[in-house]
Amino acid sequence: MVYFYRGKFFNLMKPTTQQLQSMVVQVRRDILRMVHAVNSGHPGGSLGCTEFMVALYQNIMDRKEGWDMDGRDEDIFFLSNGHISPVFYSVLARSGYFPIAELATFRHINSRLQGHPTTHEGLPGIRVASGSLGQGLSVAVGAALAKKLNNDKHLVFALLGDGELQEGQNWEALMYAAAYKVDNIIATVDLNGKQIDGATDEVLPMGDLVAKFKAFGWEVISIENGNDLQQVIDGLTHARSLTGAGKPVAVMLHTEMGNGVDYMMYSHAWHGKAPNDEQLQLAMMQNVIEELSDY
Amino acid sequence: MDILLNKYSNSGSKDTRSGFGAGLTELGKTNENVVALCADLIGSLKMDDFKKNHPERFFQIGIAEANMIGIAAGLTIGGKIPFTGTFANFSTGRVYDQIRQSVAYSDKNVKICASHAGLTLGEDGATHQILEDIGLMKMLPGMTVINTCDYNQTKAATIAIAEHHGPVYLRFGRPVVPNFTPADQVFEIGKAVLLSEGSDVTIVATGHLVWEALVAADQLLKHNIRAEVINIHTIKPLDEEAILKSLMKTRCIVTAEEHNILGGLGESVARLLTMKDPVPQEFVAVQDTFGESGTPVQLMDKYKLNSGAIIEAVQRVMKRK
Repeated sequence: MVYFYRGKFFNLMKPTTQQLQSMVVQVRRDILRMVHAVNSGHPGGSLGCTEFMVALYQNIMDRKEGWDMDGRDEDIFFLSNGHISPVFYSVLARSGYFPIAELATFRHINSRLQGHPTTHEGLPGIRVASGSLGQGLSVAVGAALAKKLNNDKHLVFALLGDGELQEGQNWEALMYAAAYKVDNIIATVDLNGKQIDGATDEVLPMGDLVAKFKAFGWEVISIENGNDLQQVIDGLTHARSLTGAGKPVAVMLHTEMGNGVDYMMYSHAWHGKAPNDEQLQLAMMQNVIEELSDY
Repeated sequence: MDILLNKYSNSGSKDTRSGFGAGLTELGKTNENVVALCADLIGSLKMDDFKKNHPERFFQIGIAEANMIGIAAGLTIGGKIPFTGTFANFSTGRVYDQIRQSVAYSDKNVKICASHAGLTLGEDGATHQILEDIGLMKMLPGMTVINTCDYNQTKAATIAIAEHHGPVYLRFGRPVVPNFTPADQVFEIGKAVLLSEGSDVTIVATGHLVWEALVAADQLLKHNIRAEVINIHTIKPLDEEAILKSLMKTRCIVTAEEHNILGGLGESVARLLTMKDPVPQEFVAVQDTFGESGTPVQLMDKYKLNSGAIIEAVQRVMKRK
């Protein structure tokens, strides 16, 4: 198991929660600076999932050094709600997949860091394009089936938005994964309760998602505060322990959109809107660590 | 006067979908990375043998085509070569965005295999017929589009596409049609097959219309019209060289396909002519309508997709030379 932190690979020892907390702040700064620089992109959901993504790549997933598309003999991850590409790119860069300086090309012409993640430009760390919602879980299930065929005991992780569950394909994938006992997958739902047009409960109420996932045959756990790094690590570690028991595993991750920037929180307004110069400065002041390594 | 038909005699009519099933059976033995997925149409797609021989490599997805395409895309990650099977309508139009994002844009090595294409599935009617699928698929960057003409060719194509890295749309049909191409053929993606040489007109046909083109050529010979018949099994990438070479002799062309006139083989050929060699062209294709219920023969007659229609098109195009 290899961890990449602050430009170095560490073997065997996982970074401490303190180190990861610093990385969370650094990733938040990346997200904010990336979307500010091009005056576009999706900071809200990205900030809400920062702790999750850092925990996943730096603590939970068993990853190989280097990169190949097939991802054999390592845990792999799929981002279904591709619009939170800023957090994905930042965490990938800071986990060693590509140069951190490349974050400056986000959404630029000729960049590998497209508005939504894609394999098309050959960016290491991305295994499928996402952006058009509702497709990632099916792909993750397929990759999990391939792992079984290859006798690869590693896991497939996926992150889905909650609003995204309004897309019917998710429920096809949920039904299939349970029916065929795809028990080497952990699908996390980012429950921030918000989507572009407002609260999910106002746009299209989805009812009791825990009950629905259970009714579809999934093992379901919840992480009550998805913006508490330790809770996320503990929850995902627990989820990991539930795999291999005949059921796919879902994690209901309760997050706050825009977490870490006070004026972005408790609103859907920052789903797809970038801060201006003044707002960026304010957000930066709220996210300071001792050893900054801005790109 | 049956010179042509003797050269390409019918070795026994079969459905093209059974050629797909036979090819898949063969791949099951020869390529352990090949996996197959089906959305509740195993019998219709002739996937029974593969399922029986390799249950661990066969995935019954249920009536959930979007999920099938996504799972197929995922299976490529880990080195599998997924073949999906359902009707052409549910293989393309129903799942266009899944194919576009998870397969084509993501450069995934998925083989989308589609039976019951065009009008000739017959009595089920327009909900199950699709005449737009070639257009939908050929517009996707990186997608290879193949429409085979008989059992032998469909079997050969099925085997060949496993060796090609990249997304492929393989289109075939339901009805029993003449099986006339060699059983031992080597299928070359993107390489047109010259079936008969002629100097008066070029007939470029794909799918079930290839046999009709041969029948038409035979009839035309009785009227001293020598038609050059080209089997374009690969619509994308189009074998432009073969078409242009033929046109140097004939100076006019008829395209024939079981597809809408918009977006099909004919339009691909028209683009080529406009760019490289503008000669008269006539289209044998469905005139921008939906299909309907009927027997395959009735439908091909009503929608003018048979040898008679090809002969008429030849007569029209030769007057325009």
